[in-house]
Formats: sequence, structure tokens, C-alpha cells
Amino acid sequence: MPRPDRNTILDARALSRALQHMAVAIVAMAHGTDDLVLIGIQRRGVELAERIAKLIESDRGVTVPRGALDITLYRDDLETVGPKPVIGATHLPGDLADKHVVIVDDVLFTGRTVRAALDELADFGRPKRISLCVLIDRGGRELPIQADVVGKAVKTNAGDRVDVLVQELDGRDAVDLIRAVPKEVTA
Amino acid sequence: MTVGLGKDLVGLAPLSPEQINLILDTAEPFKDVSERPIKKVPALRGKTIVNLFFEASTRTRISFEFAEKRLSADTVNVAASGSSVSKGETLVDTAKNLEAMRIDMVVMRHYSSGAAEFLGNRIRSNVINAGDGKHEHPTQALLDLLTLRDKYGRIAGLKVCLVGDVLHSRVARSNIWGLTKLGAQVAVCGPRSLLPRGVEELGVTVFDHVEDAIQWCDVLNVLRLQLERMEAGFIPSLREYYRVFGVTAERLEKAPHDVTIMHPGPMNRGVEIDSRVADGPHSVILDQVTNGVAVRMAVLYLLAGGKPELADAAKRGAAPD
Repeated sequence: MPRPDRNTILDARALSRALQHMAVAIVAMAHGTDDLVLIGIQRRGVELAERIAKLIESDRGVTVPRGALDITLYRDDLETVGPKPVIGATHLPGDLADKHVVIVDDVLFTGRTVRAALDELADFGRPKRISLCVLIDRGGRELPIQADVVGKAVKTNAGDRVDVLVQELDGRDAVDLIRAVPKEVTA
Repeated sequence: MTVGLGKDLVGLAPLSPEQINLILDTAEPFKDVSERPIKKVPALRGKTIVNLFFEASTRTRISFEFAEKRLSADTVNVAASGSSVSKGETLVDTAKNLEAMRIDMVVMRHYSSGAAEFLGNRIRSNVINAGDGKHEHPTQALLDLLTLRDKYGRIAGLKVCLVGDVLHSRVARSNIWGLTKLGAQVAVCGPRSLLPRGVEELGVTVFDHVEDAIQWCDVLNVLRLQLERMEAGFIPSLREYYRVFGVTAERLEKAPHDVTIMHPGPMNRGVEIDSRVADGPHSVILDQVTNGVAVRMAVLYLLAGGKPELADAAKRGAAPD
């Protein structure tokens, strides 16, 4: 049995540098922090949003409101998934009207999660602007959606897997790329 | 490991503790949906759900309808009176005709025990039991469990006593299954004529005096005394019932610690429960109603699109991905 090859594309230090770079890019994009709200997508996006918010806070000496969004109930494939996915918590920091909302997620792939997040946010209010910030952009979009801030872009194939590991949930920080093993032809 | 619910919800007796906990855990995020500015999520968009009620119901039917609408499903209410049921159509014919109009789920209340399972085995749509005869009323017991878990943070180890007409109560049966599966201690209390014979075999303690039950329990779930039972001779009079078994403030004052009061509704104030108790500080009766919508949303969400294969897989303790 050949093992799929697992490569670390960001180690803990590189991940930390990427988050620092993303924090700076977000503040530049939002022209400061006045109306800024970070919304992490469950689950790892929530941890990343928390870390980026802390980086901005320690750099600028301000409080950055943040929230968590679970998009399960807005998925377009609920019909076809087997047992229903577990739903995480959704909590937003107050009214989003006139805010610049930055959606934070770990990996941007097909774009369907972001589509669901946009629909869900619309049910909570009307932000003046919504941007997208992701740690890894792995290509492979199925919808016309692009990120405004990207930690690292990686070329991948459809069957590959990108694992984002964070200290809070996984015990360590890293991003691994697991290449799909080409299917062997059975005799 | 992924746990599913399968195609139908006919009762709590066939469910595993994991499946019951899955429903309760799933209900948590649905509580928040009802607090949003737009109280609606698109999870069941395009699904058609028929609420088929062969018996009168206000709370349960409205609660299901809110749950369905907040999940964006399309709903139709069919009551037995004023439908072709009153012209003698059989249950299966009624349901097959509804299915011919391409429905997805049926929420049914029926006066016959076993009606939900009977129907679930004969139609493709998901069937949810909203009360069948004296058998089960699973969503009521689930909302009771959720309310207790909210209040105590756990079910295991709680002492819960069901007081009143246990014999005719599907709420009691579902509660006994759910509570014992999750590790609570369960007792029943009522006149012997209203307790099922052999109830002890379900692992339930029996109290003949409500005073003794109050000394023992953390929670009293007060069942409705169905007035037609008196006419059938199960109890001598409502006044005597209240005097002997009524849950009153005077009786609760003698409890060694606070007793949480539940009631599935509709209440007969001054028969099984005193108004001062029903409206008192330890009553969670309205929390039960609020939780009912969340629990029913969870059940609808988990069952939608579910197939019998998933139920079988869930029973084996695994489900296909």
C-alpha cells in the first residue's frame, strides 16, 4: 500500500509570520480598525480570527470585535451528505450595519463555504463592506469568489487535502498538504 | 464515529443514548436561530412537510409548524375532521395520496398506538411521531430532557418523578425511556388505577403518596389528568384527586430541597397542579415550550433526506459517510 505523501507547507513559525502579515494587510485594507469586525468560520476560522484580532489589538492598542459563524444550515449540499453534520455555535458581536466585516477562514477551495457565509451574514444585517481573508488559497474555485487577503497560495489537485492544524484544537500549529495517491488500476 | 437518526422518529425506545444526545446537542444551535433578527435558516428549503393530526393539539402542532417554517420548509396542515378521513379513508390511503403530491415528511398525531411506525414502514417520506395513542410522544420527552439538561447541566443521576395519569400517558412512556437511557432515576406516583401494571419492570420506582415522591425527587413532571378518565371511573372525583395527589405549594414546602416543576400542558389548574406551583419560581413549564421548537427543528434537520439504510447503520453503531 503506497502512503499518501504528507508535506508540511507551513510550520509553526511560518504560520505565525503568515498571520502577522494577514493582520497588517487587513488593517491596510480597512483603512484602520474603526469599523472592523472579524468573523471566523467554524471551526478553524474562528481560532484564526481570534489570533489575527489579538495581533491587531497588540499592534494598535484597540479592541477588535469578533464573532463566529457556522454555515452548516446554509450549505448547498445538505441534501446529499449522509448523516447530518454537527452544527457549531454562531455568535456575532452586535449589529453589523455600517461595519466592515472580514470573513476569516482556514482554506479557500471551491468557494461554496464563502457563498453560504455571505447568505448567512445577509440574514443578520447589512454590513457596509464584506471582505475575505484566508490562510491558504488552494485554487479549484467552483464559484466566482476570490480572497482579499491570503496567507499563502498553493497549487493543488482536486483529490489533495490541506490540513490546517492549530494549537487550540490540534495541539500544534502547522499546515500540511496531503497529495492524493493516483488510483491504481486493479487487474 | 458518526451517528444518524435514520428515516423516522417513532419513539425514544428504539434510540440509543448517543442518538438521543445527538438530538439534544443539535437542538442547542437551533435555540439561537429563534433569537436571530431573521428567525429562519434555509436548511429545509424546498421540502414539503404535512402535519397530519388525527387528534386535537394546539401546542405540539404550532410548535412543529414554527420549527418547520424556521427551517424554510413548506408546510400543510391536515386535520382529521373536515378531511376525507371523516369519509372513511384509511391512514395509508391518506398518506399515499399525500405522497402522490410529492411531500417529503409527515408529522403525525394519531389516536392509535403504533400508528407512526405502521405508517413509516409503508411510505417513503420521513415520519415523525407527534403522539400515537398511549404509545409515545418522543419530541415532548426530548424537550423535557433538553430543559433538564439546561437547568442541571446533566441528566445522569437526576431523580425525576412523573405524577398523575401514567397509565394513559404517552408523554410518561417516552420520558421513562429517555430518562433511563440517559442515566436518570425515574419514579412514578399516582392512584394505582392510573399506573400501568408492572411499571416497576421498566426500572421505575413507585410512590403511592405524592408527599413521599416530593421527599425523594429533584424534578416533578406533573402529567395532565385527562378529564374523560374520571367519567370512565379511574378516579372518584377531581376534588378528591387534587386533595390526595395535587401538587400544591404546601406539599412542596416540606421538600428537603427545591423541586423543579414540569408540565407537558395543557394544565388543569386546581386539579393536578396548584397555580402557585405552576407560576412559581421553580416552574420551567414555559422553558419547556420554548425548547420544544428547538428540539423539533433538530429532529426535522436530522431526519430530512434520511433513508432506512442510515437507520440500520445507526443501529449497528456506524453510519456510511
